[in-house]
Amino acid sequence: MTSPATVPFPAVAKGSPVYKTVAMVGPPNAGKTTLFNRLTGLRQKVGNFPGVTVEHHSGTYRFESGKEVCLVDLPGVYSLNPKSEDERVTVDVLNGNMRGAERPDAIILVLDSSNLNRHLILAGRVIALGLPTLVLLNMADELHKQGGSVDVLLLARQLGTPVALISAVTGEGVDAVEKFLFAAPHPPEPLELPIFGDPRHCREWAVRVGSHAGYQRGATPEWTRRLDSIFLHKVWGGAIFAIVIVAVFQTIFSLGQPASSFLQHLLDHIATILSNMLPPGMINSLAVNGIWKGAGSVLVFLPQILLLFLVIGILEDSGYLARAAVISDKVMARAGLNGKSFIPLLSAYGCAVPAIMATRTIENKRDRIATILIAPFMTCSARLPVYTMLIAAFIPDHPVFGPVVTTRAVVMLGLYVLGFVMAVVTAKVLKSSVLRSRDVAFIMELPPYRWPMWKSLALRLMDRAKAFFFRAGTVILGASVVLWALTYLPMHNGQPPQIADSAIASVGRFIEPAIQPLGFNWKIGVGLLSSFAAREVIIATMGTLHGVDPASHAMDLQEALKSDLSPAGAIALLVFFAFAMQCMSTMAVVRRETNSWKWPLLQFLYMTAVAYIAAFVAYHITLQYWS
Amino acid sequence: MTYTATTPNQSLNDLALGETGILKDFDMPENIAEHLMNLGFVPGLEVMVARTGPGGNPRVYRVDGTEVALRRDLSQCIAVRPLHDAESLHDAAIEVE
Repeated sequence: MTSPATVPFPAVAKGSPVYKTVAMVGPPNAGKTTLFNRLTGLRQKVGNFPGVTVEHHSGTYRFESGKEVCLVDLPGVYSLNPKSEDERVTVDVLNGNMRGAERPDAIILVLDSSNLNRHLILAGRVIALGLPTLVLLNMADELHKQGGSVDVLLLARQLGTPVALISAVTGEGVDAVEKFLFAAPHPPEPLELPIFGDPRHCREWAVRVGSHAGYQRGATPEWTRRLDSIFLHKVWGGAIFAIVIVAVFQTIFSLGQPASSFLQHLLDHIATILSNMLPPGMINSLAVNGIWKGAGSVLVFLPQILLLFLVIGILEDSGYLARAAVISDKVMARAGLNGKSFIPLLSAYGCAVPAIMATRTIENKRDRIATILIAPFMTCSARLPVYTMLIAAFIPDHPVFGPVVTTRAVVMLGLYVLGFVMAVVTAKVLKSSVLRSRDVAFIMELPPYRWPMWKSLALRLMDRAKAFFFRAGTVILGASVVLWALTYLPMHNGQPPQIADSAIASVGRFIEPAIQPLGFNWKIGVGLLSSFAAREVIIATMGTLHGVDPASHAMDLQEALKSDLSPAGAIALLVFFAFAMQCMSTMAVVRRETNSWKWPLLQFLYMTAVAYIAAFVAYHITLQYWS
Repeated sequence: MTYTATTPNQSLNDLALGETGILKDFDMPENIAEHLMNLGFVPGLEVMVARTGPGGNPRVYRVDGTEVALRRDLSQCIAVRPLHDAESLHDAAIEVE
């Protein structure tokens, strides 16, 4: 009983696995994904079931003989209650009622051996589905360390399924999976299982089954309690929280930003080489300015995405993220959100793209969508170059409080505050209308502190990077080729037009009447359109329009801009950038994460409308006082 | 066995830090109650106020071997029977056989 043990499996059939598809089921925090990663390694892919936002991973487990079996990692569930989306998906997949998913031939159920009194209830419900099931009691190492024990043979006899005590982290006992997959199919014997009875009876059943198997729960690890008395301390808790946040910020800015700009230089360099290699002409321009630059605008986000996910992953796997949610909950409640939205919103100050991907930790769908919808209001790093250029060109540098706090600094800070305030207002409006969730509350389980595992962190990073690259990347690439075509057409005598004669300029002139009330002319209109690829692109576009290289002649560009914009128009443009969703990467990621075009389109319309109205108001107020 | 004088409707929110109570029932939408039960908040079990976070809300409760943070408004909807310090039930309500 001290070492991981398995029950004898039924006679082994021939030499090949008897199942094609095996589903992995288990409650959150039971180590199901760790086991999945151990079994499948890099042979896995992510997918969405049609019509739902629930995501699943599938992968292949390869036997030494070279034979393979497909493992499907389903979302973590506490129960099989069809009222929750995750649980409904799990039930539908297990019953073969999910479109696009094959009914699994067998189930591997992963439970936390330290929590059997609760988790055996799930076992009862899963076994009752009647599929051959292997019950794995994970974290055997922790159970033993904490002085707990269980007799797997006795438990197996009661459940009517094979049971094994394993540790997905160390790999102890994991060979049980192979034995199970090779054993002759053995549907569980019908037992008297409480399926949807009164919770108290279910628990009594679970405790009885556990105690018949000699189950002794271990004590909660002492150091988790000790750490919590520091991390959740009335004074120190808040202070450590602040330090962690500053560290996250600092990592994104001090490592992510330089890495992104280094990558940008590298990509520009390759663009030059590429451009010299190909014969001049349309193909050259399409390859360099359309495709390569489009791919580049995807790639430059990558360092920030990876860094942010590394930091968040460490916080999440160590258990601190749950505590951070508890600490920030009180503040988030004022905006109608809860503590789980805090970290994604914080990340949005770096870049909305990873922030939106980070909302996956929010289980409540409505809160998650609300967080996704407000995240792009946070002042991301792509707005900074635009702010810097416009402020330098138009705002006189006068001291306000002492020599450090100048008018320019105040305007910059004001823009940060504007975005934040609009995010809070939007959250309040959303949470009291379309995304009101009467029936959901902040319930946060605090898992024990654990050391993060580098292997699972690395796999998750790869997963996120791949998801961003292929799903968002294709949209970004497509849009960037369209933008390129608009600047390259119509051709005159086989030559591309001057930008002032191009299709995009026509579009700029076409929208000019609409943006004139904001103090913008058609050139600014072209800049706005091009900045949809990425906000900072407006700088390069304005440079092209004025025939100025913004990199070497920043001052010239600032002077040139004064011919396009009045000071009031500049203020309006700043306000417009603070609110508008000028970022197709963000839209592509919102589409991917919400699995529909509805939310990104609504978000785009809403943010553009807010930006337009606010810029209009800002323009006219500024005209009154400063013209 | 000495029980503290209880008002008929004492809630989890009324327990002070370090105090323990026996869970009675939930006055909330069914799906939230169900989620709480999945996390170990089962009527008859002991629940203890383990921690008050910075700001006093949410608080952390120890129940069935795990710790769960709840906002005060939710803990107000959970009826409990306060348990005196000296008394120890050890899952008595749930003990089988």
